[in-house]
Amino acid sequence: MSTTEAPPANGRHSMGQPMKRKEDARFIAGKGRYIDDIVLPNMLYLAIVHSDYPHAKITKIDKDAALKIPGVLAVITADDLAGVGLAWIPTFHGYDKQMVLAVGKVLYQYQEVAAVVATSRAAAADGVEAVVVEYEQLTPVVDPFTAKTDKTLVREDRENKTNHIYHWEVGKRAETDAAIAASDVKINERVYFQRCHPAPLEPCGCVADMNPATGTLTLYMTSQAPHAHRTVVSLVTGIPEDKIHVISPDIGGGFGNKVPVYAGYVCSAVASIVTGHPIKWIETRTENLTTTGFARDYTMDVEIGATKDGKVTALKVTTHADHGAFDAAADPTKYPAGMFGICTGSYDFPVAFTELDAYFTNKAPGGVAYRCSFRVTEASYAIERGMDLLANALGMDPADVRMKNFVRKDQFPYPSPLGFVYDSGDYHTTLQKALDKVGYKELRKEQAEKRARGELMGIGISTFTEVVGAGPSKHFDIMGIKMFDSAEIRIHPTGSGIVRAGTKSQGQGHETTWAQIVAEELGLDPQNLLVEEGDTDTAPYGLGTYASRSTPVAGAALAMAARRVREKARNIAAHVMEAPLDDVEWVDYKFQVKGVPSKTVTMKEIAFAAYTNPGPNEPGLEATYYYDPPNLTFPYGAYIAVVDVDKDTGETKVRRFLAIDDCGTVINPMIVEGQIHGGLTEGFAIAFMQEIAYDAEGNNLQPNFTEYLIPTSLESPHWETDSTCNPSPHHPIGAKGVGESPNVGSPAAFVNAVMDALSPLGIKNIDMPLTRSKVWSAIQEATKA
Amino acid sequence: MKVSLKVNGADYERDVEPRVLLAYFLREDLGLTGTHVGCDTSSCGCCVVLMDGEKAVKSCTMFAVMADGHEITTIEGMKKDGKLHPMQQAFSDQHGLQCGYCTPGMMATAIAFLKHNPDPSEAEIRDALSGNMCRCTGYNNIVKAVQQAAAELSAPAAEPVAAS
Amino acid sequence: MFPAAFDYIPARSTDEALSVLAQYGGDARVLAGGQSLIPAMRFRLAKPAVLVDINRIAELATIGEHNGELRLGAGARDQGLELSGQILSGRYPLLADVCAVVADPVVRQMGTVVGSLCHNDPAGDWPVAALAGNASIVVRGKGGERVVPIDEFIVDSYTTAVGDGEMAIEVRFPTPDARTAGAYFKIERKVGDFATAAAAARVTLAQDGTVAKAAIALGAAGPCGFRVAEAERALVGAKPSAAAIAAAADAARKAADPVSDTRGTVAYKKEMAGVLVERALRKAFARLGVEDIR
Repeated sequence: MSTTEAPPANGRHSMGQPMKRKEDARFIAGKGRYIDDIVLPNMLYLAIVHSDYPHAKITKIDKDAALKIPGVLAVITADDLAGVGLAWIPTFHGYDKQMVLAVGKVLYQYQEVAAVVATSRAAAADGVEAVVVEYEQLTPVVDPFTAKTDKTLVREDRENKTNHIYHWEVGKRAETDAAIAASDVKINERVYFQRCHPAPLEPCGCVADMNPATGTLTLYMTSQAPHAHRTVVSLVTGIPEDKIHVISPDIGGGFGNKVPVYAGYVCSAVASIVTGHPIKWIETRTENLTTTGFARDYTMDVEIGATKDGKVTALKVTTHADHGAFDAAADPTKYPAGMFGICTGSYDFPVAFTELDAYFTNKAPGGVAYRCSFRVTEASYAIERGMDLLANALGMDPADVRMKNFVRKDQFPYPSPLGFVYDSGDYHTTLQKALDKVGYKELRKEQAEKRARGELMGIGISTFTEVVGAGPSKHFDIMGIKMFDSAEIRIHPTGSGIVRAGTKSQGQGHETTWAQIVAEELGLDPQNLLVEEGDTDTAPYGLGTYASRSTPVAGAALAMAARRVREKARNIAAHVMEAPLDDVEWVDYKFQVKGVPSKTVTMKEIAFAAYTNPGPNEPGLEATYYYDPPNLTFPYGAYIAVVDVDKDTGETKVRRFLAIDDCGTVINPMIVEGQIHGGLTEGFAIAFMQEIAYDAEGNNLQPNFTEYLIPTSLESPHWETDSTCNPSPHHPIGAKGVGESPNVGSPAAFVNAVMDALSPLGIKNIDMPLTRSKVWSAIQEATKA
Repeated sequence: MKVSLKVNGADYERDVEPRVLLAYFLREDLGLTGTHVGCDTSSCGCCVVLMDGEKAVKSCTMFAVMADGHEITTIEGMKKDGKLHPMQQAFSDQHGLQCGYCTPGMMATAIAFLKHNPDPSEAEIRDALSGNMCRCTGYNNIVKAVQQAAAELSAPAAEPVAAS
Repeated sequence: MFPAAFDYIPARSTDEALSVLAQYGGDARVLAGGQSLIPAMRFRLAKPAVLVDINRIAELATIGEHNGELRLGAGARDQGLELSGQILSGRYPLLADVCAVVADPVVRQMGTVVGSLCHNDPAGDWPVAALAGNASIVVRGKGGERVVPIDEFIVDSYTTAVGDGEMAIEVRFPTPDARTAGAYFKIERKVGDFATAAAAARVTLAQDGTVAKAAIALGAAGPCGFRVAEAERALVGAKPSAAAIAAAADAARKAADPVSDTRGTVAYKKEMAGVLVERALRKAFARLGVEDIR
């Protein structure tokens, strides 16, 4: 859709149209501008020295050889940072602090130990190689269960001499325990959601540019949350916020990885302040995978009680969380375990309880919301695996168990036992659509035939509910800053305009969808609404793009700002049409005098009038809106995977995968579908091939793309998608957010399918990733027994 | 060390250190930043460019000096006569990109592939692109884009008909 | 990641390359496709003082048949082979299997067959295929040229019979006759991964339908690729049968001596050696028209 002239198929102006993306023009021409494309005069390069050991005292850092290398200007260590008060910085939610460069000892393999500043990338790399660090090795702690014993302390710097970070719980413990004990059927299974990594194809990086004349620090950085980063930099350094300019250029994928603040950013900023030169730091892939925000690493004990006929009675989930060396998990301040309370999923549990204990280990810090709202993927995995284990224990079909226990459509808004109020949904209809579309009955028949021949075919279902759009200010903040978001719209005299938001696209297509939202509200051409994000000097304040919050929060702000513009325009329309304000209506994307269909004026005409003939009204046509959501949104879906497992090799072939998503109102179906394809592929990768594992000595086993496996077009299944639509009743346009649903919902579908295939052998659980070797070993063990 | 090569139809002669990778030479010496770098292990394919018109090469696994005397085409050189290459058009039409970081390499690989397999099946396309990673699209739409480009490229070119 | 500095010498002829190698000895490395060497240099795991680039030597870029052999020069690339008339003719099914699965399709456009043999990665594809394919490698040095059978060429992990000042200039695969066929299988976690397990088989049938000759080789099952004599013995003289194939596969399981790593346990890899030998044999026999072996 390129103009407003041809009426779109759905009768709406631009909402719901598969409009081609506006951002594509530059990307397909190689004219995107990513962080490493930024080159400033007299720029220097920074590279980082990393620890070989997971836990060791630093006895000496010898800079001499490095400083003799031509082009190497400086080697920065924690001592240098201490001089400017930046040896430590607060973690995401402020409950802990983290080293920028190792202070006294290293706490995980590949931790940042020193930074080299040089005149070229190559010289910086030469310098890194020449820095000599001497260590005295300590015993590493590599899992939360060992950490729990407190035999070895990871963090001697802390006041509390324990590896235990915090305990968190929600729900009714005693009632839940009692209900499970009294249940006819119960399951209790430990499932592990492995440590994985968002691994966007563009690594993190920055160019820090302190202008000594103006005292302004410009930070070009791979930031999913530029304003939040500006505020953090100001709070940590004491530089006034008006003298910090964060610019987040095109981002080559984020997936949560580009939310935290990393050592490279801080060292670059310090180096620029000290030298007066712009400093560029671009992460290597190894640095990305070994030091920046990982995700998951939750060990979850899932207990479900049910009646004989399959009605659930209670849910309890007990989690051991491995946070690595610092408590740098990206979660809202009041939610140390994020939205893990969504673990009751789509089911109407009479009572539930969940508790979590987090521990320090000698592993990289993180715990980011990797393509999911805070800890929602973990929770969804626990409940969706749990429901299949329950079906298995009951001897019921997993679809039937789900149907029997879904929250009913008439129960919305549904207060969950763990404290959320689900906004809308119709779980039965969505699952039924998936079952019909995939041909569930026929597949079960085929499976029975195959089983009779000894072949392993599996069908896996996941009917997850997400909670996204953080969030309402009464509950959600990060270091005190409320999690609202904002939009600003300026309409130019000729009817085009500029739209700015506090979010930051990393591939989501905001330049297109934000324009569509505003165009829909104003009847303007989305092609002529320029969307700008990522520049803190121009965009209104917002907390950025992660946790599927852009559409639920900023999307609402855009619609509301547009409605403000429209109200201003209505006043001008009254003046132009010489009608009383009360008689001017917005009908069919135009202003019309009530009862006089011939008397209309377009927004384009009003835009011109706003600057040429505003009458008694304030001239100009612009508005800003800060949106504080009244509630979170609850996208959901029904996913079905069909797999064949090769008994001989343990190889799983995903034959089909159908995803039915309900994300409420769809802004651009083409973009939504693309997001779902991408999220499913990431879920597929996690289910079958990805893990950041450490060996018993604390060595990171996946430090690059030859070990941390990204599926290609050859491994990835062909995705089938469809949707149902239950709009969010509290969102101005009914949209719920979608980018993360497929990554949240799909891992359980894959694992459930493989476990379904293996169920004739009595195999109940294999932890992800379901590698050939693991699946084969489980089959061997089961057949031996 | 001197290196002379043709890039996107223009001749360049530059002095480079032998250890400079072609990807960085293109990006930093020639300012052609459409070629991206996403890993250090020759795995991701973000850096793929065309060599001598028909070969797709990972420019971060090649030294610039190795390109001496060769012809390199980057994403910036794919447009012809002011018109997008059919592959560029197809990626946009089929929503074959999201963040855009893998896109130039993916298109270079696909263009080279269609030169020796102009009418591929979906399975052949998926195989041919398996040296390039994408984290955003899940590949469905990339496959569709390559199919669209293949159809366009193998369609008989519309010859201007002279008026009689 | 940026390699350490080195001197670069683009050789225009094999003789020039050899004289540079003779001059620098162990400090020099030959640069062909560079698909293993350059990443190693980026991580500074390899820091050669001198690189001798042989990509410009036309006489080494050849692919052709002579004297009942397919000869690939040191500059011949995986994809060049894959698209060559010889491979497309179907007469080299074993090699066709291999050149379609080495590394990834883009790496194959630069990577060379001889380079892969010289790199001799324990999980590399070409050493396994060369062992089963009974290949020999032409090694040239200042003192002259020698033709080294593949089992002598492979010395240890990442080590070959090519000495300092020498270079491998050609690999020769005997052209299979009409009664000979081979196949190659590997398990990899994804495209571009090193093999978890790999097996190549080549069989020749006698007039009476029994196996006259057999070659079975494994990869990723020890410090370097190797032939499994026991498996070969289980086949020679026998009719293609499930029992003979199973005996060969069992011999492969026994002979495999892999290490446990992120790709799989020792038990898994040993088992896969057997599974892949069976699959390779069945495919090789099928290519000779013997299908559905029971």
